[in-house]
Amino acid sequence: MKRSFFSGPYALWMIMFTIFPIVFVALYAFQDNTGAFTIDNITRCFEGTYMKVLWRSVKLALECTVLCVLLGYPCAYFLASKDFSKYKTLFVLILLPMWMNFLLRTYASMSLLERNGIINAIVTALGFDRWNMIGTEGAVLYGMVYNYLPFMVLPIHTSLKKMDQRVIEAAQDLGANPARVFLKVTLPLSMSGVISGITMVFMPSVTTFAISKLLGSGNFMLMGDVIENQYMVANDWSFGSSLSLFMTVLILISIGLLNRLDTNKSERSDNW
Amino acid sequence: MKKLSLVLVIALALCALPIAARAEGTLTVYNWYDYIDESVLDDFTAETGIKVDYVMFTTVEEMYVKMTTGGGKYDIIVPSDYIIERLIKDDMLTPMDFEKMPNAKANLLDNMWTADYDVGNLYSVPYMWGTVGILYNTEYVDEEITSWSSLFDPQYKRDVFMLDSIRDTMGVTLKFLGYNLNERSEEALGKVRDLLIKQKQDGIVQGYLVDEVKDKMVGGEAAMAVMWSGDAMYAIEDNDSLVYVVPEEGSNVWIDALCIPKTSENAEAAMKFIDFLCREDIAQRNYDYIHYCSPIRQVVEGLDEEEAANPAVNPSQEIIARCDFFHDIMDYMDVYNKYWMEIRS
Repeated sequence: MKRSFFSGPYALWMIMFTIFPIVFVALYAFQDNTGAFTIDNITRCFEGTYMKVLWRSVKLALECTVLCVLLGYPCAYFLASKDFSKYKTLFVLILLPMWMNFLLRTYASMSLLERNGIINAIVTALGFDRWNMIGTEGAVLYGMVYNYLPFMVLPIHTSLKKMDQRVIEAAQDLGANPARVFLKVTLPLSMSGVISGITMVFMPSVTTFAISKLLGSGNFMLMGDVIENQYMVANDWSFGSSLSLFMTVLILISIGLLNRLDTNKSERSDNW
Repeated sequence: MKKLSLVLVIALALCALPIAARAEGTLTVYNWYDYIDESVLDDFTAETGIKVDYVMFTTVEEMYVKMTTGGGKYDIIVPSDYIIERLIKDDMLTPMDFEKMPNAKANLLDNMWTADYDVGNLYSVPYMWGTVGILYNTEYVDEEITSWSSLFDPQYKRDVFMLDSIRDTMGVTLKFLGYNLNERSEEALGKVRDLLIKQKQDGIVQGYLVDEVKDKMVGGEAAMAVMWSGDAMYAIEDNDSLVYVVPEEGSNVWIDALCIPKTSENAEAAMKFIDFLCREDIAQRNYDYIHYCSPIRQVVEGLDEEEAANPAVNPSQEIIARCDFFHDIMDYMDVYNKYWMEIRS
């Protein structure tokens, strides 16, 4: 009884900011503009225009996630290793960008990538032709990786840090070479960190919208932009809601799949 | 279960709180981004004791959504002509009383009383007006631009900025193709869509943006951009190589006007504020800051020679004659939105 008393504020929080909004979104999704029940909005989600945008969003989000794993894992690995344990500052440097608002950082990236931006100033000073960066898919991808990389590094770093060093020593004692130790012991044991990193990067990147507008110069509408457009410009809340609902379901499914992967992995590593 | 319902009740009660907690003597003004010299607001508070809560929007569609869905309660809004037409039709505006606004009555230019969305300014008081045209950089463009066709010229690869604003972009393309600015035919809109998609596929478009474009044009990021005249003037002030032109096929002329929503409980104070903006010294300061065409007689008469000759701040009668107002096509917007999504996706 007493304990549930303390959960009260959290229940209130969840109801106000999670349950209510989701219920409203779901209600809107199944209404036309007169308030009558309809599933037209849901079927509209599958039209070619939106499928194209969805495919682009998912593709970019996947690319972003893969890049974050490739960049984030070594980073977390070195930061967690003994050699770097003295350099706490390095870790702070990874976190530092997160202290600033992401819109500001994206605006700053914009002036880096522009035709007469800082990078092109260097490129032309070295005697090369200008690079076309701003307004391309690459620029959007860069912005996403830059923004979400810390979300990959942090959980991997944590899972590596809390790993029992004696397990690794045991593997070494039993004659495994460094590559084998990494592949058979370190990597499987840090998989939970990688999985939560993937979740934390994939989710925001599949629904991102400001980055695609600023760095993509509005050339590439992503799912987030389309939803924003439905609410702010087209004034079609029902369709905006059904797109949101569609995305929510999509994310739920992908998280479900990931979690399965996670439990399979940890079972396997338990039975090792 | 009981506990849960209690929590629900509290949650609902909390949702209702902000509506009750509005201070008296405060005006909520909902205006475009970068559309006022904000020091004017402090002066208004100093003179009248009325506080101003100033909030901003980027496109008028966004404002309309926020206003009509109760996203906020505003005392003054600054919609464009065709939105005003719609708001009047929906009976959402408070009538203006010019007896309470002597400055507005005396200072507004004669042609600012006759615009067809609200003849006689029964529900609105013009704040700024202007045109849509092309701003181009003479360092990158050798020819003199006179037609919208330059926007589709393949020699300007990655050199053109379009406006991320549905009516403006589709409107000027309609004009280019020889249609009416307020066209209602799928055939015409289909051609607009095909042309704009081709423009994108040919790699001519560098981007679809709104607020960022003027700074990009100042920085020489592109050869030309579709732009509102005031933003163009702002950019010209910072970069001498920029030139603004209203193409010969014609374009859009618009008025953004001050309105008081019916939901406002401070209509008296709101009219005081509107009248304050029409006072010649205040209008002058706002003009100096944002550079759109002013509807206030004294400001126009005070233009120096160079400004008076610039079509961005002082369009000639001939230019205005080939421009039209947008009209409200709310019932047809679904079709516009559909084509717009196809262009942008």
